[in-house]
Amino acid sequence: MRAQRIDQAAAALSPKTKAAVYEGSKAVHEKRTRLLFDHYGDPDRLRRLAGEIKRHVVENLDTYLPAVEARLVANGARVHWASTAEAACEAVHSILRARGATKLVKAKTMVSEEIGLAEYLERRGVEALETDLGEFIVQLDHDQPSHIIAPIRHKNRRQIAELFERNGLGAYDDEPGMITQRARQYLRHKYLEADAGLTGANFVVAESGRLVVVTNEGNARFCLAATRCHIALVGIEKILPRDRDLALFLNLLARSATAQQLSVYNEFVLGPRAPGQPDGPEEMHVVFVDNGRTEVLATECRDILRCIRCGACLNVCPVYRQAGGHAYRSVYPGPVGAVLSPLLLGKRFPEKADLPKASSLCGACNEVCPVNIPIPDLLLRLRARAHAEGVPSPGTPPMGVWSLVATQPAAWRAALAGGRILNHLPTRLIPFPALRAWEAKRELPPWRGGEFRRWLKMRRKEAARGQSRPQ
Amino acid sequence: MLNPGRTPIAGKRVQLMATCLCDAFHDDVAAATVEVLEHLGCEVEFPEGQTCCGQPAFNGGDWAASRRVVRHTVRTFSGGDPVVVPSGSCAAMLFHGAALEFEREPDLDEIESLGRRTWELGDFIVNGLGVGSWPGRFDSAVALHRSCHTRGTASSEAVALLLGSIAGVRLVEFGEGEQCCGFGGTFSVGFPHISAAMGDLKLDHVRAAKPDVLVSGDTSCLMHLSGLAAREGIPIRAMHFAQVLRDALKGRT
Repeated sequence: MRAQRIDQAAAALSPKTKAAVYEGSKAVHEKRTRLLFDHYGDPDRLRRLAGEIKRHVVENLDTYLPAVEARLVANGARVHWASTAEAACEAVHSILRARGATKLVKAKTMVSEEIGLAEYLERRGVEALETDLGEFIVQLDHDQPSHIIAPIRHKNRRQIAELFERNGLGAYDDEPGMITQRARQYLRHKYLEADAGLTGANFVVAESGRLVVVTNEGNARFCLAATRCHIALVGIEKILPRDRDLALFLNLLARSATAQQLSVYNEFVLGPRAPGQPDGPEEMHVVFVDNGRTEVLATECRDILRCIRCGACLNVCPVYRQAGGHAYRSVYPGPVGAVLSPLLLGKRFPEKADLPKASSLCGACNEVCPVNIPIPDLLLRLRARAHAEGVPSPGTPPMGVWSLVATQPAAWRAALAGGRILNHLPTRLIPFPALRAWEAKRELPPWRGGEFRRWLKMRRKEAARGQSRPQ
Repeated sequence: MLNPGRTPIAGKRVQLMATCLCDAFHDDVAAATVEVLEHLGCEVEFPEGQTCCGQPAFNGGDWAASRRVVRHTVRTFSGGDPVVVPSGSCAAMLFHGAALEFEREPDLDEIESLGRRTWELGDFIVNGLGVGSWPGRFDSAVALHRSCHTRGTASSEAVALLLGSIAGVRLVEFGEGEQCCGFGGTFSVGFPHISAAMGDLKLDHVRAAKPDVLVSGDTSCLMHLSGLAAREGIPIRAMHFAQVLRDALKGRT
């Protein structure tokens, strides 16, 4: 029997990459757990509260979106709506074109990866430079990010030092401080040359129109401070109702994403440079990206839109730890990606319908999710959808015959007795591919079908005999 | 909590759901469950028509097939007595999974009603019957694998409480206890490489703690782990906690 694609990818992963992914994920996960339980008496209550707030937002997006637009416009920003990836890229490009801008510095945003913005702009003669260290390395190496928060989780420092040497950033030196220093030197003057800065937004607050951008490198701040035009690319689900909700969400985000009490740089952006302010971008654009999200909203998987992209579910996931992010063939890997990536494809869902299968349904992802998304339930719903759409799935035996046997007690008991033949068959002759696949890795215990029922009958008989015996 | 609003325990009558794995492979686990329940004074009924909880098709995405089996299970376990299952996984299927696949079905009420009176064995003993300690003796260092389907339920703590109370039992902790063993039903055959790698990690952690026996509330995890260990030529001793409770009563280790 053929193994699933993600399993094949995991088997092909180099031991070095596997070690980098496993150790990195485990370290962040364990520190996250320690921090949350050291700092809060009942972190689960916070997760549930944050989950309820985001659920409320997702279920009321139709009223929040116009409200946010009105606030942003009142604050002096210009708002653009993009229903597709193409439209979002075009919106950014036309903002740049109108200013004659050809150099863009980018902070890390997952939605720009999702819509393929950098490539789109590069093809049209705009330099779109990643300024987040991890994303910078990915861009330099023509690679793909393998994690939502740690894009180079799959690389070790030796590979990065070699990459820098190949690209003229200095002789081989794999000391992390030196790697950072070199990227910093290269990037510093790029900020000053840039015509515009692009960021994402971790949150957009409905009551104030405040954009919040969280980084640990200060690069988003440079993108804002050194350029005259700020473009924020934002998924439509990024809204929070009130400024005060940020207290909860920033605390949960920093701990869940990077195991920090607070991220190092938290930008609160209330609009372009106001008269009297010494500096800041004179123009601010917010591009809201749908790209399949309203379709997701219409499904029973809408809870996935609560996601705040912290990556905690990746770090804890045993499948992600074994397979790495690239195995998911998507911008969003891991448990959240296994739900979101196929959903965002809309009608092309079958292309990634195998992703929801890549889970033992262990539930660790739900247990760590800062917005309490029931990820295993959503994976199950998508498995049901894949089955309903007739997408073939290696490793899942057809269940029709099984359900027939399991609804007829006589047939079930006959199967229990008949299974004994397994005890006498060599593995290669076992007529069920799933059992052969089991035996490839594990011993199958002896078949003892019906033994318990016989034991129980004997016990009952003996008990009855005991009772009827004269005292 | 995954299983809220459960029907309180009234009498001493229970219905035993043995699980398909015990029916086919692990008869001694089901037998131990009967002896443990009878020791507690329960009158154990075993509905003969029982087959499977429906989980394989539910996890596989064939919800129509799964619902047929769940409906059969609901018919088989009629009445109002608690249904006790020596498996966190099958119990969770009945009080959580089934409700998900029946959310648009007219008989959702009946499904949920069975879910409310379904108990994982350890949870039933401790939180259903209010028994917090176990008599007898079992001289062993025990590593307790907390199976994933008991996440968010009271089961693992209940089992740890019972095991820890047995004279002679020493519970040993092992690394990354929150991680899955890699079984995952059909996951184990669709993703054989990842499944086995997860199992090997679990076995490494368990072996490092040097227990005499690996114990769990789910035979599926144990079947996967001991099957891997046996195939690698370094067998481990694995027991369901019901077997430990039963053996403690009989004073055999």
